[in-house]
This record gives sequence, C-alpha cells and structure tokens, in this order.
Amino acid sequence: MNAQALLEIADDELILGWRNSEWTGIAPFLEEDVAFSSIAQNEIGHARALYELAARERGTTPDELAFDRPPDEYRCSRLVELRLVPDWARTIARHVLYEQADEQRVRELMVSDDADVAGLAAKIDREEAYHRMHAQMWHERLKDEPRYVEALQELRPLVDERGERGLELEELWEEMTMVRRSVAGATW
Amino acid sequence: MTDEQFLEYVQGGGQVETNDPIPDDYRAKLIKFIEMHGNSELMGVLPEREWILRAPTLQRKLALTAKVQDEVGHSQLIYRVVEDLGKPREQCLEDLISGKSKFHNVFHYPTKTWGDVGVIAWLVDAAAIISQKALLKCSYAPYARIMKKICWEESFHILHGRDVILTMMNGTEEQRELVQEALERWWGPLMQFHGNPIPRDEDPMYIWRIKSQGNEEARQQFLDGYVPQIWELGLTVPDPKLRKNEDGIWGYTEPDWDELKHVVTGHGPKTAERLELRRTTREETEWVRRTLLARAA
Amino acid sequence: MGTAHAARAGGVIYEVFRLERKGQPFQHAGSIEAPDDAFAEWYAREQYGRRGESVALWVVPRHEIVEIDEFIDELERNYHRVDGYPLKEKLKEARERAGTARDR
Repeated sequence: MNAQALLEIADDELILGWRNSEWTGIAPFLEEDVAFSSIAQNEIGHARALYELAARERGTTPDELAFDRPPDEYRCSRLVELRLVPDWARTIARHVLYEQADEQRVRELMVSDDADVAGLAAKIDREEAYHRMHAQMWHERLKDEPRYVEALQELRPLVDERGERGLELEELWEEMTMVRRSVAGATW
Repeated sequence: MTDEQFLEYVQGGGQVETNDPIPDDYRAKLIKFIEMHGNSELMGVLPEREWILRAPTLQRKLALTAKVQDEVGHSQLIYRVVEDLGKPREQCLEDLISGKSKFHNVFHYPTKTWGDVGVIAWLVDAAAIISQKALLKCSYAPYARIMKKICWEESFHILHGRDVILTMMNGTEEQRELVQEALERWWGPLMQFHGNPIPRDEDPMYIWRIKSQGNEEARQQFLDGYVPQIWELGLTVPDPKLRKNEDGIWGYTEPDWDELKHVVTGHGPKTAERLELRRTTREETEWVRRTLLARAA
Repeated sequence: MGTAHAARAGGVIYEVFRLERKGQPFQHAGSIEAPDDAFAEWYAREQYGRRGESVALWVVPRHEIVEIDEFIDELERNYHRVDGYPLKEKLKEARERAGTARDR
C-alpha cells in the first residue's frame, strides 16, 4: 500500500473531522452535539493513525503530514472540503454519502497485503460501523425533508471529485495552521 | 414541613429529591443558580471552539475537542436538572439568548492567542472546579449527583491546560510571552470569578446549602492552590499586592466589582457577539428540532 | 422519577442506568432527551460511556418506570426486623444464671 493512497484516505478523514468538529457547541441540540463531536474526534483519530503509517514510509511525523504540506498537496475529495455549518441538512447528507463511499474503501484496505494497513483498517471499520449507524438513523428521519433530498443530490457528484483544491480548503488550511506557523518549529 | 423546618433540615445536611415538597423561594433560587451554571457551560464553549480549528497538533486538536464536548455534555446534564425542577430547556435557551438570564463573567471575554487556550484550561477551569466541588454536597440531590460526573470529567481539563502551558513555558521566548500576556489579561476576571466577598451567612446559596462554601473561601482556595503553580514557572501575576499573609490568608488588590456587575449583566466585550452566534445557529437549526423532537401525535 | 409535565413539547426523556464494573449494581446516572429508542441508545452511549467509564448501560423511557415511594407500616411491625430483637437484657440474665457473666 503506497503512501499516496494512504494520504488520500487520511486527508479525507482529517478534513472531514475538522469540518465536523466545527459543529461542536452549536449543533441542533445538546445530545446530538456530544454525539457528533465523538464522530469528529474518531475521524481525526483515524487520520492520525493513517498518517502514522504514511509518515514511516516518508520519514516524517503525523503532525508534519497533517499541517506542514501546502494546500495543493492535500489529496482529499471536494466533498469534505466544504464548510457546511450551520446547514444541518447538508452536513448529514455529506455524512451519509461519505460513510457509504468510505465503507467500500475501508473494506478494500482490510484485505491489503500490508499487515499494518489491514490491521488498522479493521479497527477503523469497527468504529465506522457506528458512524454508519448514526448516518442511517438521521437519514431515516430526514429523508422526507425537501432540503435534505436536495442536499443529497447536490453533494453526490462531489464524492469522487479529487481535482484542484478549492478555496474552501485554502481558507481552512490558513486557520488550521495559524498557531503552528506563528512560532516556526516550536513544540506545542 | 414548614420553611423553617426545611431550612433546619438542609442545614443539618439533609438532601431532597425531585418530587419532594420544597419552599418556593428555595425552588426559585435553585433554578436561577443551576440555570446560570448551565448557561455558563454552554457559553464557555464559544471562546474555546475557535481554537479547536487552530490547534497546532493533532493531539491538542483532539484534547480541545474532547474538552469542549465535555462542556456541552455538562450543559445537557445541568439543563435536564433545571427542566425537572420546572423550567424547560428551550425556555432556558431563549432566556440566555435574550439576555434575561446570566452566565459567568469569564465567558464574556475574548480569547486572543494559544496562550489563552492554556490559561483558560489551567486556571479558569481550576477556579470553576473549586466552585463545583462545593456543590457536591448540594441539598438538592439531583444536582449534587451530576456534579460528581462533572468534576470527574473536568479533571482532565486541568491537566490538559497545565500540559499546554508547560510545553509553552519550556519552548521559545515567544511562547513564554504568549503565556505571560494571556495571564495578564485573564487575572482580573479570574479574581472576580468567585463573586464579591458576601459573608456566607448572608449568601442565600449557602443558607439553603445549595453550595457549601462562601465566595471568599472559594477564592482563597483558588489562590492557595494556583498562585504557587504560577510563580514556580517564573510567571508574574499582575498584582503587586498579591501575597500570603502570616495568618495564611491571601491579600490582593480589591477586584473591580463594578466591572463584574457590568459584565454579567450583559455588557462584556464579547457578550453581544456570542449571544448573537447562539441566536443565529439556533435559528438555522430550528427546523431540525421541529422535525425530530416534535411530540408524537 | 422527575416531574411529569402535562404538555411537554419535545422528545422523549430516557433514564440511563450504568454499570461501572461487573459485580456492581446498575446505578442511575442521569437522563437524556431523544426522538426515539435508536437515538436514545446513541446519546446514552456518548453521554455515559465515551470515556470507557461504564461497562454497560440500561436506557429506559421515563414513562415506563414505575416509582414507588410510599410504604405502609401503621402498626410498626418490627417482628421481621433486627430492631425487633433487643436481646441485651435476656442475654445478661442467661449469663448470670449460668455463672458465665463477666464484666463486659
């Protein structure tokens, strides 16, 4: 399994986790706020573990991979870049679409020749099973809402779009690396 | 039980449960106190959540997200207690946003740097934990019970805060300056946090044994615990009068009680902006609550 | 188990009980509001288990719980309680008769 492919998944999980963590404190209601924040943390945790594997190959560290690449080197999909707060319909639509696409990808990793990758993928899959349940639960409740149906239609084409990095990612990157860049090389 | 008997009962360590008959005054004071706590946890999220996005390592990002998640969780626990006392959560949130109800002074101030993130988690949370520990024996048992969970979860917050601070203090000169500068901005609000030194026998919250210590007691505990921690790092507290006297009591410059009053009545530097954020996000997600939490016909 | 509100606009209140470790009893941990059982399971797991602080949870709609807080004992039946058996005097008498009484 090459580092580039790992980076693609890691970047997706990182950026999606970042976007999902933007709901912490302002989600539609308190219980969901707590639950959704765990999902965001899991995603960043997955990213970290994946970066760990990729970092070994490249002789670097997970934080350096997460923060110190320029925006155009991230390999995430257009879908995860979008800033969707405070639109819950689109947030859930993205959650549902992403989990569907990701399930397939993770299953492929689980049968990788690389034992470390396969092992990590199995762990990720066990956590993602809960995410899929959560997405399904919300989908059931929202599927008759016009704004949700619209959101699914709008976002579906973006799942596999991995071309140019958008402005959204650049803005995210600026904010994400702000403190880190403020004192170059410092330990935080 | 008459009101006098009830007073004797709680002052003797007695506790009451949700459906027990309680004096109206007690119920009203309880709701107001607990609601303010819930509001504070929810508003406390806002200064910190900006920094989740800017956290400089994956570890810090995860820790800060978990910390803020805890605070949201605490507000959930607290508002449930208020609701069972008779005031619905939605009403609490409306009153918060309209400015009718209050939240603690520290959450009305801006956060400017990563130094603030450290100082808040280390010192503001420490000040809050002292108050929270004084609620573990609250005469109203449902509140006392959630305080146990809250205190347990807060224990990592302080360690996280201290870790952030220590890492910066051991880092570069610039990082140390970030900490010192943040400390200088937060010291005033920290000293005001526990409230003006009303004698505890005149404090209704103590009289009803809602809390088990007076304001000054709490502040002294904070100073005793944390000033040594601040000084041992080589940091300077911006109060030349701060010292521990021979009798073990800390002396300090009288905090600005007018500022405290001004801020908690809704005139803090960030009050309007933060309440506005709460209002707009609440409006934008109203459809979700209507769809999901609508009472089954 | 909490005040009953006649017209409650909102979801369902669920009570959560948690098992800290095997061998301990389930203890009441708190309550959550959720649209239905599926959501309640999610929310309970998060509020009371995200730190690995519980090994199991019971999640029950509040309205399913029957609380009993009135117990009748008008005639003070102590025949089936330990406090109905003050034996000190009788034991003293018995020891004296048997010559086994000592300073106690």
